[in-house]
Amino acid sequence: MVNIIEQVINGFRTGSIYALIALGYTMVYGIAKMINFAHGDIIMVGAYALYVFIVLLKLPVIVAVLFTIGLCALLGMMIERIAYKPLRKAPPLAVLITAIGVSFFLQNASLLIFKANPIKFQSIVKVKTIIIGDVAIAGITVVTLVVTLVSMIILTLFINKTKAGSAMRAVSEDKGAAQLMGINVNRTISMTFAIGSALAAVAGILFLCQYQSLKPTMGALPGIKAFVAAVLGGIGSVPGAMLGGILLGLIESISKAYISTQLSDAIVFGVLILVLLLKPTGLLGKKRIEKV
Amino acid sequence: MRTDKKVIRKPKQLLTMKNLLTLTIIIAVYLMIAALVEFHILNRQFTNLIVPIGANIILAVSLNLVTGFLGELSLGHAGFMAIGAFTSAIFTLNVNMPGNPEFFLAIIIGGSVAALFGFLIGVPVLRLRGDYLAIVTLGFGEIIRSIINAISLPAGLDKAGKLIVKKGTMGLSGITTYSNYTWVYIAVIITIIACANLVKSRHGRVICSIRDNYIAAESIGIHVSRFKIMAFVFAAFFAGVAGALYGHNYSNIKATDFGYDKSIDILVFVVLGGMGNIKGSVIAAIILTVLPELLRSAQDYRMLMYAVLLIAMMIFNSSELKTRMQESDKLSRITRLFKLSK
Amino acid sequence: MALLEIKNLGISFGGLRAVDDVNMKIEKGQLYGLIGPNGAGKTTLFNLLTGVYQPTDGTILLDGINIVGKSTAQISVAGIGRTFQNIRLFKKMTVLDNVKVALHNKVKYSLLEGILRLPSYFEKEKVMDEEARNILKVFDLDGEENYYASNLPYGKQRKLEIARALATNPKLLLLDEPAAGMNPNETAELMDTIRLVRDKYDITILLIEHDMKLVAGICEQILVLNFGTELANGTPEEVLNNPAVITAYLGE
Repeated sequence: MVNIIEQVINGFRTGSIYALIALGYTMVYGIAKMINFAHGDIIMVGAYALYVFIVLLKLPVIVAVLFTIGLCALLGMMIERIAYKPLRKAPPLAVLITAIGVSFFLQNASLLIFKANPIKFQSIVKVKTIIIGDVAIAGITVVTLVVTLVSMIILTLFINKTKAGSAMRAVSEDKGAAQLMGINVNRTISMTFAIGSALAAVAGILFLCQYQSLKPTMGALPGIKAFVAAVLGGIGSVPGAMLGGILLGLIESISKAYISTQLSDAIVFGVLILVLLLKPTGLLGKKRIEKV
Repeated sequence: MRTDKKVIRKPKQLLTMKNLLTLTIIIAVYLMIAALVEFHILNRQFTNLIVPIGANIILAVSLNLVTGFLGELSLGHAGFMAIGAFTSAIFTLNVNMPGNPEFFLAIIIGGSVAALFGFLIGVPVLRLRGDYLAIVTLGFGEIIRSIINAISLPAGLDKAGKLIVKKGTMGLSGITTYSNYTWVYIAVIITIIACANLVKSRHGRVICSIRDNYIAAESIGIHVSRFKIMAFVFAAFFAGVAGALYGHNYSNIKATDFGYDKSIDILVFVVLGGMGNIKGSVIAAIILTVLPELLRSAQDYRMLMYAVLLIAMMIFNSSELKTRMQESDKLSRITRLFKLSK
Repeated sequence: MALLEIKNLGISFGGLRAVDDVNMKIEKGQLYGLIGPNGAGKTTLFNLLTGVYQPTDGTILLDGINIVGKSTAQISVAGIGRTFQNIRLFKKMTVLDNVKVALHNKVKYSLLEGILRLPSYFEKEKVMDEEARNILKVFDLDGEENYYASNLPYGKQRKLEIARALATNPKLLLLDEPAAGMNPNETAELMDTIRLVRDKYDITILLIEHDMKLVAGICEQILVLNFGTELANGTPEEVLNNPAVITAYLGE
């Protein structure tokens, strides 16, 4: 009985991280109609950045966190400007290959700089474990859940209540029309990448504090799983990304506990295939009718 | 009487001057390679590269079928290579047959099992397109590797006649190194001819039409899924063959040899050589197998440079510079040489 | 028996009723027109006929057989060919290959025969070459057979699309705005070509058009759609003089 509750809480925790990352995928897909393959690796960059700021440069925690988020936001915008913007009119296959190139670049750059050996990192989260009855909830879990919840609320408010947020929604509906309405499409796209990357940075920080170890490929698998989460929830839908993330986290947690850790990865891919074959628009996605 | 007529009538169009010339060149190149190796004109380093070059050519040409001609990105091609390598190695380790027939069978088995997996994976998955298909193929590449690592492999009999069972993570060792320049050369030639012939047949046209406009392809009666599976299985077969050749070149193999990095390697061959350009894939595979050997010192930067290359090639392909170059007369004469077997 | 019979056909996209209770009967050999203001559901109807969309209500009978639920490829094999509103040619293939690929269901050889270059490969390819060239000649495109389809001028691209659809030997040919973007000369030429194609290949043609001169010039019967449902149905004279039709196009 206790076990299940702990697994469910773990599921929510992992799922929150996936949700944060999935938000980035879904926002970029909505606006630029592309899957930013390199998104997962931004998590890795965020984690290494935090390490550099705190351990190597010995900056205060708050400063380091802010710098990390800022750095990743900048990186996201730069990638968009250099690699994706020139390909706005290119066939989707070209954009996909480029995104893979960027992902590969980030991984190998990190490999060159920091080498392949995992680097240990001590969590900056000093929150104590909460004990409720028989269930122990680790500090990092609490922080993850709270941070994610707050981020999602802020993001939803931003998208629905601010002018910039409406601009983002407009551009994702119809780029041409948005431009004709006076919206600066380039700036909106850049901002979307910035926000998505900032969220990825937060996910990276939380991930790092959870697993306390760094390596160049650490972002790849969470990135792919978050992509599955975005698809599950409905790619292009912000609430969908949140829902998909949590759901996938739960599925993975329960698979790990009751089936097998090895197979849990395969199960995640299985979920992807099932969703794409049975309900490609995901749980909350809109049916996009291709004009024939 | 009718059977006589069929035997006498030679396929006029197969025996053209062009084909005879091609055949002569093929034989000549083989003899040249043989001479270079047997008379020790090439040093050890280069002789050792012949099999990897051949395997890479086969991998590049077969991936080009899926990515260049069908237009779908497959990020799990190395997975099929792994299947070919391991099944063929298991065969040669556990079966006792005279050398050449054993290796021949091993290659066929490696290719066929890879093709079978291509089919099993393809049927449910090839209904997807673009990004989704790419990620799923990536997933399968990784899953295949995990499975190999998870299972136990039969590795032949030990001196007492008992079956040696190895854990997948240990890989396989003690493999007879059958691969040599002759086997590899023949396999490469067969692959190139088979793929080139496929492309210039009615099936190839269908595959290209799916790339260009799958909705229009459906409207003219093409069952898109069927042909996607055809291209995928075809490519998987040759990836398996390449795996078998690769697996018998060194006496041991591990699942990690066939990971994501290798799939990206192959993708770079295809992108650099030109998608939909078989000759380009061949040349790119040769250059990019030899170059890293020559530039051993820059080994660490290789993957990084590949990443930049991929991004640069894609941006260049869609750029105005390329269209201007294509329209320039002088350059088009040079590029026409490369496009002959498109 | 009519070649094509549509009964109570309808489709909803969420809350939007894009096509509603449409009935149509096309006799063999007819030149039938489908007109209506933009957004009336004409292309949606084409997509329903070719299996791109599945209807929510109604039946479609081709030669008496209900084709609802069949895939696009199956419907093409059953005998419906089409062109598209925004041209969908195989851009990186030559003009000749665009037509040859449409022959793939008619002239066959096996995969093995193709790869091994057995005699049947050469024979069948030659047959396909000839047939493709014959079709191209009807459209005056045989001179450009080795051009890449994307390099053809717009008007010729439209003709190539029709040629390609024709190569599948359809019973019913659906043309979606074949004259879009053409000048009056090209349109007149197209009208002759369509009539020629109908007579020479003994097929039935259903076309969507906005160019009323073309519609009035060659169509024998016209269905007018507005807001997804039938507004009028009759001969060109009846329909084009119908006040409701005029209002729909020009507004009050």
